[in-house]
Amino acid sequence: MIELKNIYKIFNQGQPNEFAAVQEVTLEIEPEKVTVFKGPSGSGKTTLLSLIGCMARPTSGRIFLSGREITSLPERFLTEIRRKTFGFIFQQLNLIKGITVLENIMLPAYPNGEKFSAVKNRAMRLLEVLELTPKANSKIEWLSGGEAQRTAVARALINNPAVIIADEPTAHLDTKLSMELVGTLAKFKEDQKMVLIASHDPLVYESKIVDRVIHLRDGKIEGPPT
Amino acid sequence: MEGWERQKNILDFSLSSLLRRKGKNLALVFVYTLLVFTLASVLFFTHAIKREASLILQDSPELIVQKSIAGRQEQIPLRYLEPIQKIRGVQSGRGRLWGYYYDPIIGANYTLMVPEKQTLESGKISIGQGISKTRLVFPGDTMEFRSHDGMLLQLQIQQVFPSESELIASDLILLAEDDFRRLFGGSREYATDLTLRVRNQRELPTIALKIAEMFPDTRIILREEILRTYESIFNWRGGMMVFILVGALLAFIIFAWDKASGLSLEERREIGILKAVGWETSDVLLLKFWEGTIISLSSFLMGIIWAYAHVFFTSAALLAPALKGWAVLYPEFKLTPFIDFSQVATLFFLTVVPYTVATIIPSWRAATIDPDSVMRT
Repeated sequence: MIELKNIYKIFNQGQPNEFAAVQEVTLEIEPEKVTVFKGPSGSGKTTLLSLIGCMARPTSGRIFLSGREITSLPERFLTEIRRKTFGFIFQQLNLIKGITVLENIMLPAYPNGEKFSAVKNRAMRLLEVLELTPKANSKIEWLSGGEAQRTAVARALINNPAVIIADEPTAHLDTKLSMELVGTLAKFKEDQKMVLIASHDPLVYESKIVDRVIHLRDGKIEGPPT
Repeated sequence: MEGWERQKNILDFSLSSLLRRKGKNLALVFVYTLLVFTLASVLFFTHAIKREASLILQDSPELIVQKSIAGRQEQIPLRYLEPIQKIRGVQSGRGRLWGYYYDPIIGANYTLMVPEKQTLESGKISIGQGISKTRLVFPGDTMEFRSHDGMLLQLQIQQVFPSESELIASDLILLAEDDFRRLFGGSREYATDLTLRVRNQRELPTIALKIAEMFPDTRIILREEILRTYESIFNWRGGMMVFILVGALLAFIIFAWDKASGLSLEERREIGILKAVGWETSDVLLLKFWEGTIISLSSFLMGIIWAYAHVFFTSAALLAPALKGWAVLYPEFKLTPFIDFSQVATLFFLTVVPYTVATIIPSWRAATIDPDSVMRT
């Protein structure tokens, strides 16, 4: 369970270009459900996801993760929570070029201090599930769009996180690949993971796997949740 | 155990990260190795040559007495020897004959000397390897000299000195007293200088003082002073090179700084990704530290090993002409392998540390960026 209490995120505070990306957001997100944040560009979806995912701190308000207040935690603990609790699928995928698919997938696990062989085995299993095994030693730049997308998914799963955060995951995908991704998200739900998605793609928010859609506009939650 | 695995995993990633930019990093390692190689070669060479010179000079006389008139060296009368030998503490003394001879054929100066211990037959000479190589003369050949009165003097080469003694003896010719006097003229009552053996080193200053009082027209040279002069000559030569190399070092630091401070957009983006997927600032710094260390340490080790092989196996083939400075007659000799670890440590701190720091600082700046920056690009 994630709880947000009166969250504000203001950029360039006190300056003429001050801008409130998120305002007055109070929200409870249930575990094992798929929640979509829907709204036009600039409505604060990405900022809200980065606040929930411990990538940034709110300007005010508090965030609770399984009852534990995380907003005031020092950077080190936030990083650890981010690494162990959240798996991220970025809009731009953000894979590292020049290294292999396998290495990209293993990256988030390196600082854990686990045995290399254990991490590698886990990565190989993920590659198998996502039908990427033949590409394990291929470099990122040689992948097709769908393969790169699945690599990003595998990387998000390497630390077996309880929450998957996906920011506009279908923004650069065609319909077929988008449908494929929705299928993958459905699997996460089956695996009892909480899935948070920022999207304005009807293929995503109208999908039947979605449990809840939260509308955002100008950084605020709009109307009752659907 | 966890910490160790983390180090291993991050080190592993550093290696594959370096391999991604193979061309750039190999070029960097090459330049770096070359710099360490040059610096280490100069250090090893000057140190070994100083050591060699001091070992050879250990056998030279403790005291040399020269006569000087108006500050110039003159021939010294052999009658000075008797009263000097009577000074308490002086073990033995003798007149020494030596001088310089300019050979117009190769444009080099030879040092001619009548040997102290061995006696040479009249008409025979022993020569240094430098002369043998430059003039292409070998045992059995004869060399011609023009004497003080314009006569030609033919002397037969009996021996070429073994290469071990080349440092000092490269330009040396040993000849018999009669031949020396025929070549340079001068009375038999005189010698070039007097050499004295003294048993107790502590008495040297007292003896020197007594000689100076006895013969105020003499100049007394202690062996220690010669050693010091040699030391300073080689230091000066080494110093010159090191001074030039400081320039190279500075250029390298600028190069390293430029390379490291100008983190490319791609590198900054990667640091952002690592932070976003859960790497801490310290993990990113560890990665950059390992990257810098791998480059600098491997270059350092390669440079040191190459320099060692260069100085001690090839007799510093690349540096010798610049550092030995024997004008035309370059001595060729094998240096005894010897490494001063404090010098190696100094070199380490001059090369490895600046590079590693230059790599870490800009990465640290990049590593403190907010992880959510990658969500916005």
